Amino acid sequence: MQRFLLQRLVLLAPTLLLASLLIFAIIELAPGDPAQMMLGPDATPREVATERVRLGLDRPVPVRYLIWLEDVAHLNLGVSLVYDRPVTALVLEAFPNTLRLAVSALVLSVAIGFPLGILAALRQNQPVDFALTTVSSLGLAIPSFWLGILLILLFSVRLKWLPPSGVGSPDQGFGNSITYLVMPVCTIAVSNLAVFSRFVRSSMIDVLAADFTRTARAKGLAERVVVTRHALRNALIPVVTIVGIQFGRLLGGALITEAVFAYPGIGRLVVTSILNRDYPVVQAALMLIVLIFLAANLAVDLSYRYFDPRVSPGGAA
Amino acid sequence: MAATIGGAVGLAGPEPQARLRDRLAGNGIAVTVARLVRTRKGASGLAVLLALILVATFAPLLARYDPNENHLEAQLAPPSATYWFGTDELGRDIFSRVLFGSRPSLITGLLAVTLAASVGLLTGIVAGYARGWSDILGMRVWDALLAFPAIFLAIGIVSILGPGWINGTLAIAIVNIPVFARLVRAVTLSVVQRDFVMAARATGCSDGHIMRVHVFPNCLAPVIVQMAIAAPDAILVEAALSFLGLGSQPPNPSWGNMLSAAQGYLYRSSTYALFPGLAITLVVLGMNYFADGLQDAIDPRRLSGGRGGAAR
Repeated sequence: MQRFLLQRLVLLAPTLLLASLLIFAIIELAPGDPAQMMLGPDATPREVATERVRLGLDRPVPVRYLIWLEDVAHLNLGVSLVYDRPVTALVLEAFPNTLRLAVSALVLSVAIGFPLGILAALRQNQPVDFALTTVSSLGLAIPSFWLGILLILLFSVRLKWLPPSGVGSPDQGFGNSITYLVMPVCTIAVSNLAVFSRFVRSSMIDVLAADFTRTARAKGLAERVVVTRHALRNALIPVVTIVGIQFGRLLGGALITEAVFAYPGIGRLVVTSILNRDYPVVQAALMLIVLIFLAANLAVDLSYRYFDPRVSPGGAA
Repeated sequence: MAATIGGAVGLAGPEPQARLRDRLAGNGIAVTVARLVRTRKGASGLAVLLALILVATFAPLLARYDPNENHLEAQLAPPSATYWFGTDELGRDIFSRVLFGSRPSLITGLLAVTLAASVGLLTGIVAGYARGWSDILGMRVWDALLAFPAIFLAIGIVSILGPGWINGTLAIAIVNIPVFARLVRAVTLSVVQRDFVMAARATGCSDGHIMRVHVFPNCLAPVIVQMAIAAPDAILVEAALSFLGLGSQPPNPSWGNMLSAAQGYLYRSSTYALFPGLAITLVVLGMNYFADGLQDAIDPRRLSGGRGGAAR
């Protein structure tokens, strides 16, 4: 297992390096001179030139890339052009909020999506199956920002049950902070639980038709035992990998959802930084997201190997 | 089917080649469409797609008002006989704006996916056929792009190119290229092992000729299916970019920027945000059904197998 992990890490290195190159290119190719942006429109050309030297912008691009890479490795991500604060601090403030949102949404979508998928598979081609499949198709088609707005309309504007935006303050208590999470979590969870229920249904249908399930039934086992001990265990192997892959989708969902609910996470930080042309923050946030995404994919590879030892080190990619 | 076309074309003379290809291709399309409309999903998906094309094309004829015309006496009016879907904060007719908003969605869906498919076809065929360094390098670049969640990569690219509908479309195209390139490379790797490619090589055909005449036609069916799968996602990403202020810019209507504006008036109008979102949902749902139906029509074995969406 350790050798397998080492091989996957080695394979990740070039991808990570290329991704860092792309992220670095964002600042290089973005319109506007960072030195001019930091000093404002009233700065003289001489001041701008001095600032360019101070920021190292006069050096060749490959040298700047290597310096930037070294800084990233030391978590020295520079200073925000807008907030005038260390980028690391801004990202570390926003990240726990996004993580809380994404993990809560993941747990909720698994808790609802899995049972729905199993139910649809057990009632294949019956009204329950058609209803669940239609609902999951709808879940995939509804844009998360519209769903978020509909939830605000219902639960904040009409019923006044939940706060429409923000994250609340820590001194208002745990219960209060939960109320701020309910709508964003549900918004992200809907499309993910639709994906999970579809995969679980598909996987269960395959496994229920497999020879070993038929053998289990032929032995006279109760249907409940056949489903839980034989079918479900095997059906969940491919599904577990989907949970990991979906984590990236969850982060994407978090970006939009945070914008709808003015939730102070990484997604909102990226969007506001792009609109404000605060490129050091954009770079840092994107780098963090790529790292999480690749770590999730690595976890998927490892889980695949754990659940199915036949997977060869080269074949899990 | 496509393999037979490529194989037959490779060995026949030039005149019968073209006729045979046209006949088989014509039959193939007719059979696929017949299979598509036979399923409920395929038929409803095709109907939604055709309706979207008609609405986008004839929006000026169908709209009741100019989509950017202000009616300041009727700001945030509820749906009525005068304004079917109500009006927005400037008194503009939401029904007309929803109709015109179909244009950026449709054009982005088609353009971004066609661009991505074209680049994916080119790079995928070359990588899969030539192998070696071009393959390793190309695939590493696509892997790096796949390391980003699509929406993050799209907004990263828009931050370089600047906000706007065309730049948004370009960003969505770039985001989609890796999937097409990887798909085409996989098909190419399998096709180059087939007998008709060996035969073409033995008869002295050049690499360019083999890629163009034998490999390319065999990649088309899976690429078309992937285009159908990617198009609704492209529409969703375009709407998301516009919602964030990075795609289509006001005052030109797009469903995404209409929703973004509507969010500021939720306490004053409960219907403003309904219709643009409903339009996106209907179109994406219909196009997802179309993609499902198309996959079933091209590969009927899926109909008897698991249709739970594992492929999606």
